[in-house]
Amino acid sequence: MNMLDYSRMGELAVEKHVKFILTIEKEKDSFESVVMEHIRLNGAYWALTTLDILGKLNTVDQDEVVSWMMQCQHESGGFGGNIGHDPHLLYTLSAIQVLALFDKIDALDIDKVSNYIAGLQNNDGSFSGDMWGEIDTRFSCVAILSLALLKRLDKINVEKAVNYIVSCKNLDGGFGCTPGAESHAGQIFCCVAALAVTGSLHHVDKDLLGWWLCERQVKSGGLNGRPEKLPDVCYSWWVLSSLIMIDRVHWIDKEKLIKFILDCQDKENGGISDQPEDAVDVFHTYFGVAGLSLLEYPGLKAIDPAYALPVDVVNRIFFGR
Amino acid sequence: MHGRPRKAPTEEEQEASVVKGAKLRSIQAKFFQFHHTNTYTKEALEVNAKLLEMNPEFITGWNYRKLAVQYHLEAAQSDEDSIKSILDEELKVVESALMTNFKSYGAWHHRKWVLNMGHSSTDRELFLLKKFQKLDARNFHAWNYRRFVTALKNIPDEEELQYTTDMIYENFSNYSAWHNRSVLLSRLLKEEVEGYYPKEKVLTEELEFVRNALFTDPDDQSGWFYHLWLLDQTVKLEHLLVSSWPPNGSNVNVSDYCALSPSLSSISRTLPLILCFSEAVGGINSSTVSVVCESNMDSNLIWTPISVDKSGLARTWLTYLTFSSEPMHPSRNYLVKVSIANSEGIISSAGFCCSNPSHMAFTVCLPSSNTEFDEGPDIERIDWSEENFSSNQLHSENLGLINSFNELTISGDNKKTYETNAKIIADEIDYCRELLSEMDCKIGKLTLARLLLAYDALSSASRGVQDQNMFQYKEILELYHDLMKLDPPHFQYYKDQYSLVFLKQELANEESLLKYCYQYRDSTSLSNNSLCLCLRGLSLSQIGCIERLLWVQMLDLSNNGIRSIEGLESLQLLCCLNLSNNKICSFSALEPLRLLKSLKVLDISHNEIGAHPIDTRRYLCASPLSHTSDWKREEFVVSGPEMTIYWDAFSIFSGLNLRQLSVTGNPIADKKFKLFLCKLLPAMKWLDDEKLR
Repeated sequence: MNMLDYSRMGELAVEKHVKFILTIEKEKDSFESVVMEHIRLNGAYWALTTLDILGKLNTVDQDEVVSWMMQCQHESGGFGGNIGHDPHLLYTLSAIQVLALFDKIDALDIDKVSNYIAGLQNNDGSFSGDMWGEIDTRFSCVAILSLALLKRLDKINVEKAVNYIVSCKNLDGGFGCTPGAESHAGQIFCCVAALAVTGSLHHVDKDLLGWWLCERQVKSGGLNGRPEKLPDVCYSWWVLSSLIMIDRVHWIDKEKLIKFILDCQDKENGGISDQPEDAVDVFHTYFGVAGLSLLEYPGLKAIDPAYALPVDVVNRIFFGR
Repeated sequence: MHGRPRKAPTEEEQEASVVKGAKLRSIQAKFFQFHHTNTYTKEALEVNAKLLEMNPEFITGWNYRKLAVQYHLEAAQSDEDSIKSILDEELKVVESALMTNFKSYGAWHHRKWVLNMGHSSTDRELFLLKKFQKLDARNFHAWNYRRFVTALKNIPDEEELQYTTDMIYENFSNYSAWHNRSVLLSRLLKEEVEGYYPKEKVLTEELEFVRNALFTDPDDQSGWFYHLWLLDQTVKLEHLLVSSWPPNGSNVNVSDYCALSPSLSSISRTLPLILCFSEAVGGINSSTVSVVCESNMDSNLIWTPISVDKSGLARTWLTYLTFSSEPMHPSRNYLVKVSIANSEGIISSAGFCCSNPSHMAFTVCLPSSNTEFDEGPDIERIDWSEENFSSNQLHSENLGLINSFNELTISGDNKKTYETNAKIIADEIDYCRELLSEMDCKIGKLTLARLLLAYDALSSASRGVQDQNMFQYKEILELYHDLMKLDPPHFQYYKDQYSLVFLKQELANEESLLKYCYQYRDSTSLSNNSLCLCLRGLSLSQIGCIERLLWVQMLDLSNNGIRSIEGLESLQLLCCLNLSNNKICSFSALEPLRLLKSLKVLDISHNEIGAHPIDTRRYLCASPLSHTSDWKREEFVVSGPEMTIYWDAFSIFSGLNLRQLSVTGNPIADKKFKLFLCKLLPAMKWLDDEKLR
């Protein structure tokens, strides 16, 4: 059946990574931690999803996380990146995703949150990230994923939202932040995921985009985010998930990519970095583990390429009960 | 952390980091005090500026500044000097934040927010951009900001195009500049700005420009993507009617096809009519397509797009012709004429309409009385073993029905454009060969293969499709073969392309096609003829050329490496399909089968269904996940837990009326799953080797 021989590629240091994630939570005084405080809610999502994929979500106190997270909610319904910070779509999605992991979406006032999100849609179908009007297809994606998880997509004009995303399509089949902006793998994930969950992937030229994406794989096996750039573990998520959603992931060498990700592990202290021998962080640890999950690395829970949550969590929401 | 080497920090470094962290935290604390009390004093703004300089990504900090600006602007009323000084201060804060991190979304957005108020001079902006674009010529924030400023200053596209030329001359590898060039050029071409018309002239000049880059460093990808885009602009064809069933010039006995009509029981005078276009189109209806018959025929036709998505566009369109119950002369053939009457109403996804009228005709033979179609109680199992198929038994009437090669040539005007463009491509082929004679370049080879295919498409369109067998596909196949060896990580990409070209070659003409046609031993068990197209064991990874296969009712694709059956939905006459021993990974990959309402026999044994935790077709099939299908829970014949595991099998099979199904040899096919199938498909008579009921 032509299965990959995983033993040749190195080993995932599961215990070390779990330990790394649990310790960064406690280490709060360095400049590196303080400078990330404004996106702590994103950090919670990265850390908890990684733990779930590794089968270790039970190592955290769910009630403690939820009670902290609910304090990040603003009276408008949106979530800030930390307690006292202004609300923004980016953190609102993270909050919903974390609650989905815990099967506690019901803890939200769903109408209030979804009204906040829907209120940020503009006349042309685009979304602002918050009340200050920065427009970006990242925010279209975040809004659509959030409302889909809350089952409130009917609160926005989906057709207009899709048309705006399509207006950001480029010569290479990829997508940028706004019409005319250059394609970037992260942005492509956002647009492809938004089109995927709205049943609109027919707007994507799968062969053209698939070829551009598969050409992101460089000699080392790693993936870059744009032509002639360096590889980075985070693109193991952005590029791979996009390739999977359009069914073109067989166009890259999975074995070489697995090896690249495993080479970026800190085998001593846990964690994964952007490139081999760089400093590790929770962001790249998440993208590395999620990438391995997409590559069907043994022993990991499968992750959904659009909602960026474990498949069992997504199936529970859309097919269960 | 991006680009930071991994090493344990020294004790001093650790200490310094904690001190710096404490400082940032105290500034943060002060800032929040001001923010949460709506305090916008000079001191408060200075604290905020310090914070943003240390951490330009601190989004709440930028929000606060906007509130402060609004507060102070209100106080300044309409005093232009005060307004200017308030906003200038903002521009300064942004600039110093960008010095810390020029990739800060918040900082760039704040600058746009300030400039959008219209009080600041934009003179400094291009100067500032130059500085950032020098630091990093690929910084997409800077490029986005550049597009914002040029729009604000009304800088003409021609001028910006020249800027991309300069940037490209500085460094051929600047993909951002190539990208911006494609955006600007598209606009100039669309608006037919002076100097950018006719399109062919501009494309020729651009091809020459990009060639300089490609010849300088053929291994750099940047120019090649632009080259591919230019190529695509050159070969853009109008959509055409490429084939039909019944084919042009054929003679069909209606009673042979009664089993294919939507309602089997009563209507035996129904015939499917299928039109296949060169690309997905919309707007096929009785006002754009006229169908006329000598005999009485219901002319109010309902056309259905055969497509798995909800776009309303499709390459293949289907309607059913219903003839009146009493033909005047039962033994006579009646002529049916089909013409694209109002071609402007037929529009492709790119928004092009078709300026090409097409006409075709075939004859039908109507049965003298209503014959009931009856499957009979003792249906035999279709057995795909080789000994049941024989070659060389084709009757001449069969030949007429598989012949989709009688095409219409296109009109004069378009022919000229095609010839001009074919010439451009021919020149590119020469240049590409020249480059490859000097070095072995992966993308160069791939481009040559694509150019040859493009040339084939253009020249066959201008000559008429009959001549297609003139073309040599051998060279293209060799190029893909080389590429598989030259670039193993992308092996499967080349393999997929190879499969498509191979099929083009093998199905290019009648003679070659007939090599793959076999007769099934027992013609009574099928609805009418038992001609099987046998494409087994050809190591295909995907299928193509469906426009040549509209006639197929029995198809053997077994023993290939097929992962995707995209396009198979066009084969609306298909009754029996063998996909055994392939690489189908999930039921969702069988989505096209949902549209094959005549499908009775399906063999998907020995594939990889259930072997993969990641389903790559999950979002390409209709389901609640993609909000394309709203399953009502009460309709489920199966219970909740089964749905979360077998949802894709449910989605594919619940709409089919299969009589025979083989699933053995897939990891998913255990006892529990087979029970699920029996519940889902109550009319099924054979499951694997087992006769049911």
